[in-house]
Amino acid sequence: MKRLVMALAVCAAGLIPLQLQAAGDGHLNMGMVLEPPHLDPTAGAAAAIDEVVYANVFEGLTRIDRNGEVKPALASSWEVSEDGKTYRFNLRDDVKFHDGTAMDSADVVFSIERAIAEDSVNAQKALFEAIESVATEGAGTVIITLKRPTGHFLFNLGWGDAVVVGEESADGNKANPVGTGPFKFKRWVKGDRVELTHNEDYWGEPAKLATATFRFIPDPAAAVSAMMAGDVDAFANFPAPESMVQFEADPRFTVVIGSTEGETILSTNNGRPPFDDIRVRQAIAHAIDRKAIIDGAMFGYGTPIGSHFAPHHPAYVDLTERYPLDLEKAKALLAEAGHAEGFKATIKLPPPSYARRGGEIVASQLREIGIDLEIIPVEWAQWLEQAFRGKDFDLTIVSHTEPMDIGIYAREDYYFDYRSDAFSGLMDKLAAEVDEKARYAVMADAQKRLADDAVNGFLFQLAKHGVWNAKVKGLWENSPVQANDLTDVSWEK
Amino acid sequence: MTLFLVKRLIMLVATLLVAAVVVFSVLEILPGDPALVMLGVSAQPDTLAALRAEMGLDQPAWLRFFQWVGGLVTGELGRSYTYDVPVSELIGERVVVSLPLAVMALALSTMIAIPLGVIAASRHNKTLDIALTGAAQFGIAIPNFWFAILLILLFSVTLQWVPAGGFAGWDAGFWPAVQSLLLPAFALALPQAAILTRVTRSSVLEVLQEDFVRTARAKGLSRNAALWRHAVRNALIPVITILGLQFSFLLAGTIIIENVFYLPGLGRLLFQAIAQRDLIVVKDLVVLLAGSVVLVNFLVDVGYAVLDPRLRSGGGHV
Repeated sequence: MKRLVMALAVCAAGLIPLQLQAAGDGHLNMGMVLEPPHLDPTAGAAAAIDEVVYANVFEGLTRIDRNGEVKPALASSWEVSEDGKTYRFNLRDDVKFHDGTAMDSADVVFSIERAIAEDSVNAQKALFEAIESVATEGAGTVIITLKRPTGHFLFNLGWGDAVVVGEESADGNKANPVGTGPFKFKRWVKGDRVELTHNEDYWGEPAKLATATFRFIPDPAAAVSAMMAGDVDAFANFPAPESMVQFEADPRFTVVIGSTEGETILSTNNGRPPFDDIRVRQAIAHAIDRKAIIDGAMFGYGTPIGSHFAPHHPAYVDLTERYPLDLEKAKALLAEAGHAEGFKATIKLPPPSYARRGGEIVASQLREIGIDLEIIPVEWAQWLEQAFRGKDFDLTIVSHTEPMDIGIYAREDYYFDYRSDAFSGLMDKLAAEVDEKARYAVMADAQKRLADDAVNGFLFQLAKHGVWNAKVKGLWENSPVQANDLTDVSWEK
Repeated sequence: MTLFLVKRLIMLVATLLVAAVVVFSVLEILPGDPALVMLGVSAQPDTLAALRAEMGLDQPAWLRFFQWVGGLVTGELGRSYTYDVPVSELIGERVVVSLPLAVMALALSTMIAIPLGVIAASRHNKTLDIALTGAAQFGIAIPNFWFAILLILLFSVTLQWVPAGGFAGWDAGFWPAVQSLLLPAFALALPQAAILTRVTRSSVLEVLQEDFVRTARAKGLSRNAALWRHAVRNALIPVITILGLQFSFLLAGTIIIENVFYLPGLGRLLFQAIAQRDLIVVKDLVVLLAGSVVLVNFLVDVGYAVLDPRLRSGGGHV
């Protein structure tokens, strides 16, 4: 026994300096909940892919910065024609892929044509829908012609799904991503971690870290232990809001509650009775107490929303009082719709805690006005199959995490089955409008339209629970796009 | 002996075939489209169709079944839908975590349990026996994930002796790799050891009542000599049965422990593959695990035959 204790003490003594040394060298261990299925952001919807490679390994013509603004990346500048249909991108001439090949206009054209091709497996093909043609003008210029003016086109090009890939390396990107970013892919120990190293030949401001490792820890309790034991230096989005208090109390950690692009909504099947009746949806809106849901399900983290729009966006309109909490009014609306006695319905809840916990609270709130909800827990794959594709649901709770995704309400045959010519008209107007002020006005109208129609129960904007070693500087506080941009991250000396 | 082995081998193949049919059919019925899971809520129908075609999901089920089984027979496990690498590669990466973990846990539990069980039996109804039986009861009652969390709190968070989880990888050196498996192996081993202690104890007690033990004592052997030379060897048959069952359990049933320690093992691969509807990985893994269970049982049967010559004729069974 004595010998065992000695052996353990020796190894412990060996371990601790090792950790300190790794920190001093500029190494970051970043924790993530989900492991990406592969590492090609142009061939999958999983946010985890972008959270590893976006801005670190791969870059696009433009990039979205920490404030959600569009910044030049591989294109150093651009000009937009008067009619808003022709974009002329001037590329940087000093960019090399990690395999040593030069990045030029041919790669950009290849990347875009690959994304819009017939057999493309790009999960966000809609981003490129407006593109009519793409052409080169020498090695340094790319000209993209659109079918119609598209106001958010530069933002769209900043998505992870629109990064520029090399013609020679594209097919291998899933397992061995070759990009142009400040970090090079080193290796991927599947199920455990992805390792990145500093790119010596980076065209821009070099990354401050020498190496970075993304470690995948699905279990919230394990994530707490990993942070406490120092195995992981940062969790950009910690999986368990209930643990934030513990980290806040510990001076070793910085806790930052930021915002995400995730509008968490009580999705309502607008095509199925009785929810096709606007009075029923309005009754639900009057019966929902957002604060109770945020406190109960998210431990107080989250911003109430009254429509499908992120509160940190400059065009946001606060519509949370459009249907104030008023049970009498809710019951009156139900009675008016012919459901004075209430009715039975189901709510399908996918695995995230916002849905499972939130759903129980919503069910108890709706019971107050006589709507008796049967709770059906489903896994993601079932949710996608049944609720999302099959439209086989009454109510469900889900967070729509794509940035600026109000346009989904204009999609034909989308899962919540909302049809409104007025709203679609607004979206067409928005797409054609290039002037920022005018765009914001249209966005405001669109938000009001959705709130008036009480399309879904608008609950709250998902918070981003960041926790990291207090000596780590430069991580993003918010996530305007799905990313863990490590470009500016460094250790305080 | 040969007939015995042939019979057992036929059983082994038949079991695997049944397992293959069952897992394939169950996954066909299970809701969830792998393409939709990969592409998410913004995907357009033509993109989904393109991906389904790429994954071969547009072919009829019977054709996919025969392609799959044919592949298994020729050692071609197919390509993972989500990771887009050969399944054999994925499993290979995970086996080097799960197999050493299971072996370590098994070794630990045997090393703890057999001596304790024998000691408890030899001190039947004395204080030590009662204490050991009580401790074993406690060990069975403790859920291993909870025990694992306690171990992490003590050894990783407070003492910081070993990492709280993750796997350093064998290429990081033997010791760091073993170090990352120590706590999980211990957490897995404890409840197993508790069960095994009780089985060993009662089995040894039973054998101690047998005539041949009394004869051995009458011949003049000391109590300990009779215990270790005659009783323990004969008492090991039920112990080996339990060990065989435990090994299959350890290999397949480590999902929870692998999650608590975020180890990239087979259990977590299976768990992830089900959630992501990476059906080919699920199918291959289930058949592999079924195969390993059947194989271990086969070895246990052979083990009986070695321990008990009466079973070699192929007739009786314990």
